[in-house]
Amino acid sequence: MLDVLVSALTQGLIYAILCYGLLISYKILDFPDLTVDGSFPLGAAVTAVLITNGVHPLLTLPIAMLAGALAGLATGLIHVCLKVRDLLAGIITMTALFSIDLKIAGSNLPIPRGTDTVFTAPFLDRLFGPVSLSLKKLILSCVIALAFKFLLDLYFKTKSGMLLRATGDNSVLVTSLAQSEGKMKILGLVLSNSLVALCGAVVCQEQRSFSSTMGTGQMVLGLASVIIGLTVFKKLSFVKLTTAALVGSILYKLCIQAAILAGLDPSLLKLITAILFLAILAVGSLERRKGGKARA
Amino acid sequence: MLEVRDIRKIYNPGDVTEICVFDGFSLAVPDGEFLSIVGSNGSGKTSLLNLICGSIRQDGGTILVGGEPVDRQKDYVRARRIGRVYQNPALGTCPQMTILENLSLAEGKGRPFGLSFGVRRGRIEYYRDLLRDLGLGLEDKLSVKVGSLSGGQRQALALLMATMTPIDFLILDEHTAALDPHTAETIMLLTDRLVREKRLTAMMVTHNLRYAVEYGSRLIMLDKGRVVFDCAGEEKKALKTEDVLGLFNRISVECGN
Repeated sequence: MLDVLVSALTQGLIYAILCYGLLISYKILDFPDLTVDGSFPLGAAVTAVLITNGVHPLLTLPIAMLAGALAGLATGLIHVCLKVRDLLAGIITMTALFSIDLKIAGSNLPIPRGTDTVFTAPFLDRLFGPVSLSLKKLILSCVIALAFKFLLDLYFKTKSGMLLRATGDNSVLVTSLAQSEGKMKILGLVLSNSLVALCGAVVCQEQRSFSSTMGTGQMVLGLASVIIGLTVFKKLSFVKLTTAALVGSILYKLCIQAAILAGLDPSLLKLITAILFLAILAVGSLERRKGGKARA
Repeated sequence: MLEVRDIRKIYNPGDVTEICVFDGFSLAVPDGEFLSIVGSNGSGKTSLLNLICGSIRQDGGTILVGGEPVDRQKDYVRARRIGRVYQNPALGTCPQMTILENLSLAEGKGRPFGLSFGVRRGRIEYYRDLLRDLGLGLEDKLSVKVGSLSGGQRQALALLMATMTPIDFLILDEHTAALDPHTAETIMLLTDRLVREKRLTAMMVTHNLRYAVEYGSRLIMLDKGRVVFDCAGEEKKALKTEDVLGLFNRISVECGN
């Protein structure tokens, strides 16, 4: 039982990185970015190939982020420069990335036994001492999730971060401030997708394999988590968005784990996620209609 | 000095809905002038402001600021020298951010938004003084989210933010139209004071003929993309709201409005 809880917590912490990415694109920029379904496996593909070729597992993470950043840049340029609608721009990049992922890592790439990942690398033993693998995974994913949470919190307080928040809040004002709204959107997508790709890379190292279909549904999964988190803390205005995303991610993974323990067929997971997501959106929009929530 | 020279603007060219708003329109606004623009709906008032700000592009002619053409500049580049306040108070501020954050953003206008700390703590006292001058009790609400303020408070803040950095022009696009009469009056008085104190060149589009007559140093009336009435100086001071209303009604009847 404890093992299951630890594993669900670990998953929640790892997927929190994906949720931060979606927080930026969906919540802050108000951009429904489907690139996510492509940049997530892209990060995994990059990290899997690099690790099997002997690159240090830690070093593969920033490289995966860079790859994700490029994917975000592509979507941003398609949307801003070619004036393609947000949803379509993401779909175009996502579709293209599917082939690119196949070219990078094939349809399946397991990380061979004996090859170290960040979770089994010797430096962890020096840091944490002799602890079990599942505990090492929990500690390391917690460190990564919290580190990026604080980095993002810090970033949102900088001038650039504030302007990014303003872009989703009121894009007219961004133009009035003599700043390019398009550049800010691209910056947001680059940041968001680099986080998503990082999450893909960590997931790949955790489960020791890449599969070309691992991206399917990640955007909806991440969004569901983010919205769960935002709903939980709706009444508490002092709770940071990143905290909401982190808690939402953990709650989501715990719920899913509980459902599987209760006998849910795992192949129905994505269907359940989609229904859950729809239910959250429907309840949200019903509440808005009822309450006449003033948000202009 | 702002010059609009021989502007042509056609919406939906080649379509059945084609509308020619301006065909050879010219206007010069000298520095320090406070120009009120009135005219019926569809006369081209807002199109004119949008053309000047670069929100839409003209099909012919040129726009000069201080003698330099700005036709090739994008809207956000032109915005460095222009402050704009919209009819909708929501467009001038960020609702999800606090007053302090909004003012900090406004003060950084035109400069790079880098990775230094965004909120200017050292400027809090200065911001407080600015807000106190508004007389709306906002000086104690620096950490309140702007979305929870009233329309009038938001418009006052938007006005403050638009004039916070040195600008060449203040563009007011029916900025009192969405406010109740009392609040509209407050905002008009504030506008007048800011324009005088900062010696701004201002262009105000309004449907309120009384404001157009009482405030500003020059009044023009637009109709079908032409200036049909233009008065300034002593003549403007002697102008009565009824005179403008009479002229307005005559022209509106002619064009069937």
